[in-house]
Amino acid sequence: MRGFLSLHTRTGWLAFATLTALLLIAVPLLNALPADSALHLPDYLVPLLGKFCCYALVALAMDLIWGYTGILSLGHGVFFALGGYSMGMYLMRSMAGQGVYRSQLPDFMVFLNWKELPWFWHGFDQFWFAALMALAVPGVLAFVFGWFAFRSRIKGVYFSIITQALTFALMLLFFRNETGFGGNNGLTDFKQLLGFSLAEPGVKLGLYWISACVLLTVYLLAQAIVHSKFGRVLTAIRDAESRVMFCGYEPLYYKLAVWTLSAVLCGLAGALYVPQVGIINPSELEPTQSIEMAVWTAVGGRGTLAGALLGAATVNGLKSWFTVAAPELWLYVLGALFVGVTLFLPQGLIGLVRRLRPGKTEEVRA
Amino acid sequence: MSQQPPIPVPAGPLGGSSALPAVAAGLGEAPPAAPVPAVPREPLPADVRDRPVPDVSHGAILYLEGVNVAFDGFKAINDLDLSIDDGELRCIIGPNGAGKTTMMDIITGKTRPDSGQVYFGQTVNLLELREAQIAQLGIGRKFQKPTVFQGHSVFENLELAMQADKRVRRSLFAQLDAGQRARIDEVLGIIGLRGHERRPAGALSHGQKQWLEIGMLLMQNPRVLLVDEPVAGMTEQETAQTAELLVSLAGKHSVIVVEHDMAFVRSIARKVTVLHEGHVLAEGTMDQIQANPKVVEVYLGEGA
Ligand SMILES: Nc1ncnc2c1ncn2[C@@H]1O[C@H](COP(=O)(O)OP(=O)(O)OP(=O)(O)O)[C@@H](O)[C@H]1O
Ligand SMILES: [Mg+2]
Repeated sequence: MRGFLSLHTRTGWLAFATLTALLLIAVPLLNALPADSALHLPDYLVPLLGKFCCYALVALAMDLIWGYTGILSLGHGVFFALGGYSMGMYLMRSMAGQGVYRSQLPDFMVFLNWKELPWFWHGFDQFWFAALMALAVPGVLAFVFGWFAFRSRIKGVYFSIITQALTFALMLLFFRNETGFGGNNGLTDFKQLLGFSLAEPGVKLGLYWISACVLLTVYLLAQAIVHSKFGRVLTAIRDAESRVMFCGYEPLYYKLAVWTLSAVLCGLAGALYVPQVGIINPSELEPTQSIEMAVWTAVGGRGTLAGALLGAATVNGLKSWFTVAAPELWLYVLGALFVGVTLFLPQGLIGLVRRLRPGKTEEVRA
Repeated sequence: MSQQPPIPVPAGPLGGSSALPAVAAGLGEAPPAAPVPAVPREPLPADVRDRPVPDVSHGAILYLEGVNVAFDGFKAINDLDLSIDDGELRCIIGPNGAGKTTMMDIITGKTRPDSGQVYFGQTVNLLELREAQIAQLGIGRKFQKPTVFQGHSVFENLELAMQADKRVRRSLFAQLDAGQRARIDEVLGIIGLRGHERRPAGALSHGQKQWLEIGMLLMQNPRVLLVDEPVAGMTEQETAQTAELLVSLAGKHSVIVVEHDMAFVRSIARKVTVLHEGHVLAEGTMDQIQANPKVVEVYLGEGA
């Protein structure tokens, strides 16, 4: 227990408690206020916040592999999308007979004139199976991919490029109708999850709330990981991999472990994301999507978990605002933000926060 | 490539050339080392006792024979023979590009030789092992460019280096026990960094980083320490302290030191090996080496 409490400074725990109270208590309360109250949180914002939680989860996963281990993945969209598709397949199956064609098959299969369910869709009518696949498919893919890449000692920019190629290849694959995941349109028009109607505001709030809980739990888990000896080895790999090797560690297994974990967390985020957003399609696999994930972490501050949360919230908050107010400007803003942070805030926004808070600067980074 | 070696030519008594033992005749059986006081070996800690003990019944802890390495056709190591006795302190000198660092790369598994044999004790074939496995056997290495974990504190650097089960599973739940903390504290004392243990290693001075790296080697309880240019960039006083430290380590460990600084080598050397173009040019005491015309020629030709 003392070990657990020592994961954070007093201020750190205070910040965490505040965030927890905000996400888990304040949001539902504000949402419950009468609609004419000034503080009322409108229903349409709830799934948006839920989406942010999922993105923040991705940023944590990204930070573990990039911020702490120094391996820049530009393909994390793959794992996110695979988690999302797994959940989407369950949602499609669970509405069998309620589609436009009233068929037992998903609408797009009827449209393609398919007569029966492809083998890889079997089992997805069970929630537990889909949930398992949302974690296992990204995990296994990451493990196999990582095994070959890390064993051949592919590093740095080469690794980043291969991951980018991976997401591009998968995007092309998922775009094809014959692949069996709804092609261009992806999976959408979901009706219910475990019998709860997804149109209900209460269900949306529940999904948001679960996402927030998952996010906070994963945050604590990640804190425990980076404060363990395992976590210190990861940072050591980032700073001097050959020294790690000559200290008697096999970096391959450490990289593989954190890489796979990171992918599984992305799968989890994708699975939580899809029922709230109501759609999953190959645009999640676009290379820019994965690059944006890296930007969240960079903007917030690599190598601190709080930075990852802050980065995901800031960038996505800005994005939501800009895509309404001035959509044509967003990409420029994103670019400027990334360049600005890289040039002036190498430790990201969290570095700025720390600099503004007096004292405590010589503290060793964990 | 950092600095030119000072030319080791003392105007010593002539006629010493024949005194040099003929080295590298392919026998591998080096002449007996200059007398090293036999330090009784301390009982090893339990985790070290568990690892395979090299068979040193013939005296050699490290044994290289007929090793060749070429980089794009350039022979960096050329039919190299070398034998290091258990507990010996050996200095290796040689001009820039002589292959000293490459030799360490071969011993530690970083570079695979094109041919030849590399043994740890009588029985352990190092060419079959990966870097981490070789490190686990107790062969520690200090790089030419000091390499520590910049983001970690001095204490954490030593903790990470410590001899332990280094598999992922164990590292997730590893906790330091009192004995391990005491060991870290002891090494902090040996390398003169007590009081600095909470500082990030990146904030240390160059000399302190060199010492920290040596400390990290000690944490591995190594049988063999390979130390590449330990005093580069050190002040005179730091150099003297380093010399003292390395000498004190010999006996308990086998220590191989690569260094350009001749005064330093002279201050610690028992037995010196001169490498030139990837081959052993001469081997013997410092006096014998400095009187050797072949050595003089190489250094003169190089330094001119
Ligand atoms: N990975 C490599 N690829 C190509 N050439 C290499 C490689 N490593 C070493 N060399 C070459 O092999 C030769 C021996 O290099 P090495 O670093 O072993 O010399 P050294 O004796 O340690 O020199 P110094 O005193 O400058 O450290 C040099 O000519 C070097 O350029
Ligand atoms: Mg060298």
